[in-house]
Amino acid sequence: MLLVPFPRVAQYLALLLLALLLLAALLLSALPAGAVPHVPSSDSVIVERLPARATDPRMRELIELRTAWRRDPADAGAAVRLAQAYFDQAAAEGDPRYIGHAQAAIGLWWERPDPPPNVRVMRAILLQFGHHFAEAVADLDAAVAQQPGLGEAWAWLAGIHMVQADYAQARHACTALAPLAPPLIATGCMAYVDSVTGRAQPAAAALRAALQADGGAGAAQRQWVLTRLAEIEEHLGASAPAETAYREALGLDRSDVYLLAAYADFLLDQNRAAEVLVLLKDRARADVLLLRLALAAKQAKDPAQAGWAADLAARFAAAQARGDTTHQKEEARFALAVQGQTERALALAQANYTLQREVADARILLEAALAARRPAAAAPVLQWMAASGVESVSLQALAARIKGLR
Amino acid sequence: MRAVLHRAGALLAPVLALVLGLAMHAPAQAHKPSDSYLTITLADGAMTGRWDIALRDLDFAIGLDADGDGAITWGEVRARHAEIAAYALARLAVHVDGADGQVCTLEVGAQAVDDHTDGSYSVLPLAIRCPTAPKRLTISYRLFADLDPQHRGLLNLQANGVARSAVLGPQAPVQTFDLKEASRLTQFLDYLRDGVWHIWIGFDHILFLLSLLLPAVLMWGGRQWRAAETFGAAFWSVVRVVTAFTAAHSITLTLATLGYVSLPSRWVESAIAASVVLAALNNVRPVFHGRRWMVAFGFGLIHGFGFASVLVDLGLPRDALALALVGFNLGVECGQLAIVAVFLPLAFSLRRSWFYRRLVMTGGSLAIAVLAAVWLCERLFMFKVLPF
Repeated sequence: MLLVPFPRVAQYLALLLLALLLLAALLLSALPAGAVPHVPSSDSVIVERLPARATDPRMRELIELRTAWRRDPADAGAAVRLAQAYFDQAAAEGDPRYIGHAQAAIGLWWERPDPPPNVRVMRAILLQFGHHFAEAVADLDAAVAQQPGLGEAWAWLAGIHMVQADYAQARHACTALAPLAPPLIATGCMAYVDSVTGRAQPAAAALRAALQADGGAGAAQRQWVLTRLAEIEEHLGASAPAETAYREALGLDRSDVYLLAAYADFLLDQNRAAEVLVLLKDRARADVLLLRLALAAKQAKDPAQAGWAADLAARFAAAQARGDTTHQKEEARFALAVQGQTERALALAQANYTLQREVADARILLEAALAARRPAAAAPVLQWMAASGVESVSLQALAARIKGLR
Repeated sequence: MRAVLHRAGALLAPVLALVLGLAMHAPAQAHKPSDSYLTITLADGAMTGRWDIALRDLDFAIGLDADGDGAITWGEVRARHAEIAAYALARLAVHVDGADGQVCTLEVGAQAVDDHTDGSYSVLPLAIRCPTAPKRLTISYRLFADLDPQHRGLLNLQANGVARSAVLGPQAPVQTFDLKEASRLTQFLDYLRDGVWHIWIGFDHILFLLSLLLPAVLMWGGRQWRAAETFGAAFWSVVRVVTAFTAAHSITLTLATLGYVSLPSRWVESAIAASVVLAALNNVRPVFHGRRWMVAFGFGLIHGFGFASVLVDLGLPRDALALALVGFNLGVECGQLAIVAVFLPLAFSLRRSWFYRRLVMTGGSLAIAVLAAVWLCERLFMFKVLPF
């Protein structure tokens, strides 16, 4: 009987043992979900840092507004002022906890069928943040029906109709807004619509002229208009003017998550990942900015930066655990570019496109459809491009490649 | 011996580097909506719980940062433990058999701190005493409902070996859970069945294994295959290949399922197809004869990623990850052993025939190689010609 010689058996057993040990170690290390609770070694150990100290001017303002609201929570004016301050904080920092605080501020009216118009506008702003666009539009429509002079309501209506690619409604809202808003915002609103309906060049010229004419506008307004201008130039393929506009917007001393995300995308398109990693290195708390860090790390092939992707995956898992689906666009980009999950990316991009139909939403759907070699999935975007006359070099290049697939 | 281990080390090194690399990265804290994590465990008639509440939220509710410097120290938290417990308990109720049923008493033990993606949390251990053994448990939750309506309580209820999760909050503040239901055993058997099923319908895995097993009943004589003399030799040859394949795919299945490593599915699927081509061609012109178990191990690592994507698609229970992983993996092994149990006696009895050595061994291997080459092209260039 010729059995296998002993040393071979020993080799094999040793290797098997090694593999099993590794497996056991991994299982043991991974199983207790989350870290282990611990008791800090001394009272002076700092266990948490708050977003700001109580003496910070912004915090002070919030505390004052909060005190006023507490005094009389039924005072709609005080409630809306507090909610607005929280919302502004959320937009600046990308921190959704403030959205919850804002909702609590107008909590008295949250479930009511007919709150006063200013409360309705605030409720709509918070609803659109959670992508409840239909409810938000209903509130805004009701508010302007009651009080047509509510410029803010018209501005939000224009914004939501733009996101949903309803350009006739957006134009109508901009027209109504024009006599109520500063000239810079009135021009910005209309240029925003023009920019995706075949009039991008005149839109950029109008924005430039308005910026020059209105040197005294507030930083928030100038930043919004400059961001629009930068995006239009970018879509037209004019990188140098786009960069100038982005930089001027960033130069205004005001933090804005949307602007940072848009500029990071612009840099990524130009293969300037290293600049993104520097620009956003302290802004990883906001998921949309963490996404850009993960994309930049991937583009730079920098192993030292690879951890951003793991962080973002954990964030998406945490969002999923609470049933949050407002990050589908970001999740689709992550799945496609970092995780290489083409089909999942396409499904997410399609789900997102049913709600949001701006250039960035169209782009991720085209990219995912292209990667998955499913030209049919891109049909809604191609139809929209033909119908709107949108000018975007990146969309046009992708659409040409999609058509090449057929 | 050392040489073998060294080579195995070369295969494992990249995997280990990934695991360690990820472990060393300190995660950036997230901006996220407010959540608390509530775990309630019912085992052997005793109920315990653990409730993690964000320090930042507690600060907003009852003010923890006593000196207002924007940093919360352990001392500042410790001084408020009684108030934290009272505040939390006033906003959570557990009832037996419906919200109007008998109320259970809740008691908070010694608090600690723990980290989640968005910062530090106070950990409240809960002792839960109910007047009767619950068949149904009703949980009423209104933590921070007045301060942050977007706040959610993520409940993980473990009762008698069954895990369930739910999202509590103003949208659904009172929820009732039936405590008798599917046992862990049935859950485990489900994953086991899925594992068996996957290997049987996973033609690429079967063909890879068969390609490596076909020559097990033969010996390479330098220019042609000769029949193995004893069943023992053939048996050990099969055991080596199957064990190496199993060990390797178990490692990567575990790593990928737990999220330590992820590879683009397109490349994984393409590499699996390539492994089948190589394994089949090796039977026509042996390069690895005698060391096929190493081939099985090396490529087994890739096949593990393929198994993992199936397991992830099946949906992973957060709380019963190990159960799903072990069940699915054992299922794969059982399915694999069933194939081997049919293959080995059959191949051994046929090994001297022209039919086996020419038609099965050479013809069959070539056919497998061609089929797998088509898969490879399909997966690399993303088109479809074969129906499977």
